[in-house]
Amino acid sequence: MIRVQAEAFDPGRELSRFAAGRSDIGAVASFTGLVRDSHRGERILAMTLEHYPGMTERELERIEAEARQRWPLDDSLVIHRYGRMLPGEPIVLVATASAHRAAALDACAFLMDWLKTKAPFWKCEETPSGEHWVEARESDDRAAARW
Amino acid sequence: MRIRYFAWLKQRTGCVEEELDLPAEIETVADLVTYLGERHPRFAEAASGRGVVRCAVDQTHAEPTARLAGAREVAFFPPVTGG
Repeated sequence: MIRVQAEAFDPGRELSRFAAGRSDIGAVASFTGLVRDSHRGERILAMTLEHYPGMTERELERIEAEARQRWPLDDSLVIHRYGRMLPGEPIVLVATASAHRAAALDACAFLMDWLKTKAPFWKCEETPSGEHWVEARESDDRAAARW
Repeated sequence: MRIRYFAWLKQRTGCVEEELDLPAEIETVADLVTYLGERHPRFAEAASGRGVVRCAVDQTHAEPTARLAGAREVAFFPPVTGG
């Protein structure tokens, strides 16, 4: 399931709900991305995520479908926020469920790596010296290319 | 055709989107980048850097060689930084 939303979410509650009532799942893997309070030595006051409504959902659905084709997943969940958020708040949650851990862990890492290089989101940081758009990192491209 | 700009490219073009009737000779994404660069010099400056300006045609990632025939919406944006 894909959810793109402005509202804050509670990763713990989402994960409990994700696995609730399922006794066929042996493994749940998850990743939660949080807003950090500093970047390259500069204090981050807040972060605003812009996205491309419509394309964002399409890309995330495509990435999720790819993961479910590559690994035997029983379920998957991607929640990604947009709008303004403060340090410590969750930005993204990816969860995968499978019979065994290897598929769940690999699919979770794959979903994050592809999401970071393909889903149309852009981060703008608010710092004491002003606002800056975050630059993409080459290490993210390398991480996505390993799959 | 509807052209949309995201993140800091909006500041380079001074607009979020524009509706343009393109000349028939604009056939590919690369042609469109050149055409838009004539309208917005600061867009041209950004697009001259390799890989700095990315494109989506009808909400799907597209390479510079992608053809525009039949496209309704083309978007330009910097490399994504979500997650």
